[in-house]
Formats: sequence, structure tokens, C-alpha cells
Amino acid sequence: MRHLKILEYALSSLFRRKYRNLSIVAVYALTIGILASILFLTHSLKTEATYLLHDAPELIVQKISAGRHDLIPSEYTEKISTIPGVGSAEPRYWGYYYDSLTHSNYTLIGIDDTIPGLSLLEGKMPSVSGECAVGAGVGHARIAGTGDTITLFNSKDTPVVFHIAGVFRSESNILTNDLIVMGEKDFLHFFELPAGRSTDITVSVNNPNEIATIAGKIKKLYPDTRPITKSEIIRTYDAVFNWRSGMMLTIFSSALIAFCILAWDKATGISAEEKHEIGILKAIGWDTADILELKFWEGIVISLTSLLVGLIAAFIHVFFLNAPILTPVIKGWSVLFPDFRLTPYIDIYQIFVLAFLTVTPYVASTIIPSWKTAITDPENVMRN
Amino acid sequence: MSICSNSLSVTALMVKHKIFLSFSLLEIIVLSILFLYGHATVTARSKNEMPSKKELVRYLKLTDLSLWTEARYTRHPSQADIFTPFQDFPSSPEHFPAGSIIAPENIISSTKKQAGRFQGQAL
Repeated sequence: MRHLKILEYALSSLFRRKYRNLSIVAVYALTIGILASILFLTHSLKTEATYLLHDAPELIVQKISAGRHDLIPSEYTEKISTIPGVGSAEPRYWGYYYDSLTHSNYTLIGIDDTIPGLSLLEGKMPSVSGECAVGAGVGHARIAGTGDTITLFNSKDTPVVFHIAGVFRSESNILTNDLIVMGEKDFLHFFELPAGRSTDITVSVNNPNEIATIAGKIKKLYPDTRPITKSEIIRTYDAVFNWRSGMMLTIFSSALIAFCILAWDKATGISAEEKHEIGILKAIGWDTADILELKFWEGIVISLTSLLVGLIAAFIHVFFLNAPILTPVIKGWSVLFPDFRLTPYIDIYQIFVLAFLTVTPYVASTIIPSWKTAITDPENVMRN
Repeated sequence: MSICSNSLSVTALMVKHKIFLSFSLLEIIVLSILFLYGHATVTARSKNEMPSKKELVRYLKLTDLSLWTEARYTRHPSQADIFTPFQDFPSSPEHFPAGSIIAPENIISSTKKQAGRFQGQAL
């Protein structure tokens, strides 16, 4: 009951300065909302990338020429497939196409005929020459759908017409938004690639524990190659969305600095009115412990309310509204950018860390200056 | 008797803490419902959508997310040349906003990894 009475007094005290405290709650909740939005967004994208890319090829082998990615000869594929432990080695055909009509970049992929119908494809995969399947972003940019045609200009600036056999559903946008998938022969013909060369090689390894060893053997066999393992691919997305990445460093640190200013302002002193109040409370018989408890409750009321409001706002912002505030920051200059349909992966550990890093300093910065006043003689406090 | 009635009237006047506790409880319930909704969505998508997306990755041999299409090294960060931020000439400034989002590789772990690979070859 005693604690409830002190809480009641703390609420009355906060209510007396309601406009000031409401503005603190608003700024505090906004800061937590931004911090939590970044954590939710990056964790969701990172987890999605880790799950999806778990099915990526175990090894990709690129040929490096003058320090740059070059086309790889088919002899490499044959020789690599004979290395013990290698399941198969297959050439992969892909490239980029700049569409001057929409000022956007597409990724073109050449596939063989063995790919079955995919469940996230509306229509069918290209099965004959002159057909293609496009991502929803490409379809939207070119205002074209299944059954329509799309015209691309090859390296000789000659228009090549493709019939759209299928469009990838928007659920797969995070993977297929800018894709144009066509037959292998169409791809080679479109880019006029020399015979017996591919963009890179995908290698499947029988024993996942041997991936690094096989990569080492490939590098020894062909020193001009760069083997990229699946774990390196996954680690790339870990690096993109970890705390060292630019997004975290710029937005996260600005929000954190704003919060530090708020806490510092509290910690550097309390107003004359608050000192006067503490003096009166001491004079009428309150203990130092009671005053500290009062200030503790004041800190908890403000920080808990702000934390909960900030977390709810961040969840709605990221997972219901698809992060409209953060999207322009990460979009950059990408003309084709997928509509986020973020999966709400939540890391409870991150929530606790955020709560600890925001509530504790605020409560501490409320209690410490009050403690200094509370241990001073009440008469001095009131006279000053 | 009067002390008792005073105490009762004080208790009756104490409504602010009840409002605060009820409001905090409501916020906790809303947040819990959102987290439960999130968990249910993750479970449903893992069952329905994720296998189809993984099928796409497997058949099309995809290595990257289609997020940043502004430059080749931002479209395929995992496949890009190691020195991509300086692709035009050494120490050239970064052109693309998305490029600044991607942190550089941890040079120490990368060196250790390379050393491990060479050690593996020597064995």
C-alpha cells in the first residue's frame, strides 16, 4: 500500500507538469520507436536472407581476370566436376540489362529446360525460344503481364521481342522483383556470349563439411578463380544488416545520441521547483529512501510508457505499414525496389537489450540528481 | 472512527495509479498480441510460403536478395568483386547510396579464413 501511495504521489507530481512530461514521453517514445524499427527491419531481412539463401548453391566459382569477374571457360566446369567430393558442377548464365525506357536495371538469367513449374509463378517457365518469365517489378515497370510481349535491345541495339510466359508472384518480390528469366540459348544469343563460356559455375558438394576443402582445391587447381562458399554468401547479409552497417550506424546512432541528450539533460540537474518540492517533503517527514522511491516511480512511469508506446509503434510501422519511414533510406537510387512484405521475426533478446539500454539510464538520471538534493539539509534546499 | 473514514476517503481518491497500471497493462497486452500475431505469421509463412521461395532459390540458383538494383555490386553483394566500392579506380569515392549501407568485410577474420584455406591445401 505504501508503494502504491508513493506511486500515486509520483503520478500527481508528473501531472502537475503535464505538458513538459508529455513532451518528454513523445520524444522518448519516438526515439525508442526509431531504434526498435531499425532492429525489427534489419533482423527480419537478415533472418529471411539466412533462411532463403540456405538453399543457394554450396559453391560458386568465378573466374577473375585483371582483378575483375570474367566469363569462365567450360573446361573449368568439366575439370571441377572430377574433383573427389564434388556432386556436380554446372555453368550458370546471368547478366545485367539497363532499360533506358524505365531507367532501371534488370537481372537476366538463362536457364535450361529442366526447371519444373514453380508455385510462385503465375503462368509457366519459358520452355521455347523467345519466351521469358519476369518479376513483378519488371512487369509493373513495363506495364506488361502474362501473354504480353517485352522488347529488349541487344548489344547491337537490335530489338528482341520476348513473350511473357509467366510473372513471379509478389510474395517472391524479395528474390525475383527485377528478374527476367529466359532460355539458356536465348540468353547466349541476346548477349552474344562466346561459345563454351558461362558467367560462373555452381558446384554442389556431397559432404557439407568438405565445402571449404573443395574450395581450396579449386583455388589450387585454378589460381585465377574465386570460389564463394554458401556460408560466405550468408555472412554477406549478416554484414549488410549488422550493427556495423551504414544503416545502423547512421540512423541508429542519431537516435541513440538524441536519447543521450535527453538523459543527460535530466542527469545534469533538477529544476529549482523540484528541489523545493524535495525540501518540503523532507521537512514534513519523508525519508531519503521515500524520496528516492518517488523519483524511481517518476522515472519508471515515463520510461515504461515510452518504451511500450515506442515498441507498439515500431511493430506497426515495420510489419503492418512495411516501414515507410525507413524504406527511402535503404532504397538509395534503386528504380526497381521491391514492396516489402516483411516477416515479423522478433528477437526477444534485442527487445530486452533495447529496454535495458533505454530505461536504466533514464531512471538512473532521474534518481541521481534527486538523491544529491535529498541528502542536503531541507532548510538549505528550501532557502536556495 | 474519523481516522478510519479519512483513510477510506484517501484510498477512494487514489485513482491515478489505477489508471496508470491499467494503461500499462493494456499496452503490455497489445504488445503481447502483436508478438503472438508475429509468431503465428512466421509459423504460417514458414509452412506455406518459405518452401516455395526456397524452391525458387534452388532452381534459379539465386545467391542474393533483389533489394538494391542501382549497381551490380549492390544487386549481388555476395558475388561482387572484393574491391567494389573502388571499382572505377583505387580510392575512388562511393557513388551509390546503397553502397554505403554495406559494411566492409572484417579484414582480420577474412585473413584468418584465407590462412586456414592455405593450411588445408598444404595438408
